[in-house]
Order: sequence, then structure tokens, then C-alpha cells
Amino acid sequence: MTVQTDPKDLAVHETPPGEAHARTSVYVYEAPVRLWHWINALAIVVLSVTGYLIGSPLHSTGGSGTDNFLMGGIRFVHFTAAYVFAIGFLARLYWAFVGNHHARQLFTLPFWNGAWWRELFGELKWYLFLEKEPKKYVGHNPLAHAVMFFVITLGSIFMILTGFALYAEGTGHDSWQWAAFGWMTAIFPNTQGLHTWHHLGMWVIILFVMVHVYAAVREDIMSRQSIISTMISGERMFKDNRP
Amino acid sequence: MAALETFYDVIRRQGISRRSFLKFCSLAAASMGLPPAMAGRIAHAMETKPRIPVLWVHGLECTCCSESFIRSAHPLAKDVILSMISLDYDPVIMAAAGDQAEAALEDTIQRYKGNYILAVEGNPPLNEDGMFCIVGGKPFTEQLKHAAKDAMAVISWGSCASWGCVQAAHPNPTQATPVHKVITDKPVIKVPGCPPIAEVMTGVVTYMLTFGRLPELDRQGRPKMFYSQRIHDKCYRRPHFDAGQFVEEWDDEGARKGYCLYKMGCKGPTTYNACSTTRWNEGVSFPIQSGHGCIGCSEDGFWDKGSFYERLTDIKQFGIEANADKIGMTAAGVAGAAIATHAALSAVKRARAGKGENQ
Repeated sequence: MTVQTDPKDLAVHETPPGEAHARTSVYVYEAPVRLWHWINALAIVVLSVTGYLIGSPLHSTGGSGTDNFLMGGIRFVHFTAAYVFAIGFLARLYWAFVGNHHARQLFTLPFWNGAWWRELFGELKWYLFLEKEPKKYVGHNPLAHAVMFFVITLGSIFMILTGFALYAEGTGHDSWQWAAFGWMTAIFPNTQGLHTWHHLGMWVIILFVMVHVYAAVREDIMSRQSIISTMISGERMFKDNRP
Repeated sequence: MAALETFYDVIRRQGISRRSFLKFCSLAAASMGLPPAMAGRIAHAMETKPRIPVLWVHGLECTCCSESFIRSAHPLAKDVILSMISLDYDPVIMAAAGDQAEAALEDTIQRYKGNYILAVEGNPPLNEDGMFCIVGGKPFTEQLKHAAKDAMAVISWGSCASWGCVQAAHPNPTQATPVHKVITDKPVIKVPGCPPIAEVMTGVVTYMLTFGRLPELDRQGRPKMFYSQRIHDKCYRRPHFDAGQFVEEWDDEGARKGYCLYKMGCKGPTTYNACSTTRWNEGVSFPIQSGHGCIGCSEDGFWDKGSFYERLTDIKQFGIEANADKIGMTAAGVAGAAIATHAALSAVKRARAGKGENQ
């Protein structure tokens, strides 16, 4: 059986034989990084949904109090997902030390590097349709790098600190959670404020997820490298061989 | 230090039997969450220790702390004021007035240097050199600093002295300032609440007299024995919270059944106080038991933490009143629209680029 090829398709996608073979791919994200990404993504979804329902509970259930444990159940799922999120973050931090150098990118910000800032604005211009073609990056591009650093790295730390401080209110003042995170109440003496900041943190992460998913799809189509499949296989593939 | 009668001497002189005295000690121990054996120690302290001289000064306040204090049932405020402590100065309840009263203050400061307790109800206004609160012809700030200089310890009665309360609420025109920010060189015990529970107030005094030291304080300077748990932790309506059974509207079926007041803005989950265990008016009731949510009156800045009837705090920095959800959903909506527009523009750009390649 032969595959029928439309000559028109060939005309569009034809590349010189030499170049086609020179397409390169680099192994960027090691298995633990990929695994963390997807577990973390799932945890964020669960935490956001349950967290929202803790702030604005579902309509009151009827019947006997002893037969229902809806709010308790929602809070249990939230706390469980929070442990997954927090332990995952610590494991990811550990991998930054033992993994390849791409694993460290999330935890460092080349703030004093002029070239990095120039490229960040270059990437910004690409998103504002002012640049015809983006640069190629093996890791995160500088714009993505900055957003990930502030929202995922610092944002996760903020959510873990505020979240566990709130959790410690329930576990009590003689719990290890209170010993480890109770100092947050020195910054937010009335923990109602802690609730509000934790809640706003959720919305910042939700905004990030929206932009992140959109950017990943757009870059996968329009940039010069693979994005989505890279977080599945770990391989970064480049569509052209130009610098 | 001049010789002072002990608590025991005073109550025996008042004709109270030893049996009643021991009952009182057991009750005092129980109210502070101490083991039964401690009742003996309390009795011993009452029999042997001289009464502590206390100066009670009043800054910007509404006297609700005093009103609460005199309603203490266990121990009776009468016992505390007349027997356990030597309340040498309190312009609200003392018989003396004017120069005579101020002389009593000076006398105690001179005679018991470093051995008296300064109880502060209300707080000092610092704006306009403190001219918003004049006591005995001088700004209260001066009286506070003067009386605190030689005090053993300072008790901040109520939310005014502890946090600032209503007079320190935004925009705080008089710059009302909590005591611990003005008196920085003395141990300050915060007993917040608007007002604090009477038994909590007398309990703190009893503890200090009994053990001769300050009660153990938490990170924010509140006695752990009364402020280490939230209203929510010991609320009798907590099972309804866990079950997801809430009052949705005042006077609905849930309200009649005594469901959780979380959705009606109850601040029990963020309020550290003993209301749900000690309760008020000789243990009769407390706000939630009466069907109204906790307003969080013992918490820092509770006036500025949004409506008493909203679960989510309004954030006023955005000009309009909006809570975290309204802000978040608006931002998500804007971001969603921006993404859609950007995606459309990207598609156009790509289509044009594609055409360019074909030509």
C-alpha cells in the first residue's frame, strides 16, 4: 500500500534533505522534573477548587449533622493536596541540586545579567507582534523564566507559608506546624488577613495557569521549538537549524 | 516596701470562712486550666503573699473593660479588688477625685517602686502631642509613661490597649497607639477583647498573685491559658461547620436549627479568645450561642477587616469594595479576553506569514 502524497503539501513543507536531518533535539527536562510538573499541576487544580469552596462553601446541606461531613471532606482534600504540593516543591528543590542545570533555572534569576534583560525585552516584543521571529531557547526563554520564578517559585513559597500557617491554627499551638509556620502571624497578627492574602495568591496562580497554558500552546505552534511535548518526553526539538 | 495585708487576712476579716476561701481557690485554679493540686498553691499564695498594688489608668476608651471586670463571677470582682489586689488608683471606681486621686497615684509609685502592676484601659493618642486625652491636666501619654517607668509589669486591658481598637481604626485621626508601642521597656501582657471576658481578666490577676510571675504569653503577648485557641476550635456549632450546614440567611431554617454562622461572616475561625469555653455573664452564653456570628473583637485591627457579616474580607485598596474573589474573577476575565485577542492576532500573523512563504 502506498501513501498518497498531495504535491501541494510537499511544496509547502519541503525542506532541503540536509537540513531535515540536521534538526536537533536536546534532553532538557529529566523524568523527576516532568513528573513534578504534572503532579504539581493536578495539585494546583485540586487546591484551587477546594480552596475556593472553603472560602465560599456550597449551599447548606440538610439532614443530621452526624451524617454529613461535606466541609470536613473538602478541607481534608485541600490539606492532602497541600501536602502533595509542599512535599513536591521540596522534592523539586532537591532535584535542582542533583539534576541537570536546566533543573536549576526555576530557582535562580540572572537579575544582574544585561544580556538576559535585553533578551527578555526581545521576547516581550515577540509577544507584542513587534518581532518577526523569536530566538531559540533550550530552557525557558527569559520572559517565561522571570514569570516562573516570581509566580511558581516565590508564589509557591508564599502559598506554602501562608497555607501552613492557617493549617497550624487548626492543628493547635503545640503542633509542629505552628512551631514551623506560626511566625507568619507576626506579619499578619489578625489571621483574617492571612486568609485574604492566601486567597489572592490562589488567583495569581490561576492567572498564571491561564497565561501558561496559552503561551505553551502558542509557542508550540509559532516558536522555533517544541514546548508541550517537551514536558512529556523531556526532549526539546528545534524546527530549524538557524542560530 | 510597706507591709501589706494578705488576701487571706482581708477575707477572714470580712467574715469569710476558711472553707469558702478554699472553694474559691479551687474555682480560680479551674478557671485558669490548672490541675487540682494547684488549688493548694493558690491558697498558700493567698495566705502568705502581700497583695499586689495595682494602678489602673484610663486612656482613650469606653470603660467597657471596667464594666466587664466588675461582673466577674469566679472570682468575684469584689474579692479581687478588695482582697487580692490593692487597687490604689482607678479614677472610674475610686471614691477620691481630683488632687486627692492624683496624690494616691504618686504615693503608690513612690512607695512601691518596681513592685506594682500598671493596668491600662484604653490607649494613648500620639497625634497633636497627645492633646486628645487629658488626665489631671496632662496628656494621658505623659501619665502612662510616668506610671509605667517604675511598674513591675503592664497589663493592657482590652483591644484598645492591646491593638488600638475603634479609635485606631482607619484613618485613626488621633493616632491612637497600643500600649506596647509606647511602653517598650516593660513586660506587657495583652488581654484583648472588646471588652475582655471578666473571668479572663480576674484570672490573669489571680495567676500573677499566685505564682508571682507573669502568665506564659503567646507570640503576640497574650496569656496562653485564655488565648491559645480560636472560638472556632471549641465552638459548640463546629459539627455543623464540618457537616457543611450553614445559616444562609438570618431567620432561615438553618438559623432556627442553630447551624454554623460561617457564611454570615462569623470571625470565629480567626479569633483567639475563651468565649466559646468560658462564655459570658457567669457562663450564661456568648454571641454565637445567641445566634450572631463572632465579630472578632479580640483580634488586631478587627474594625478594618471588612464587614462583620461577610466571610471574605473587602479589600479597599482597589477603590471600590471588592473581596479576593471579585478581584480574582475580574482579573481572570480580563486575562481571558486578552488571551483570546492575542490568540486571534497570532493566528492572523501566522496566516499572513504563511502567505508570505508561499509567494
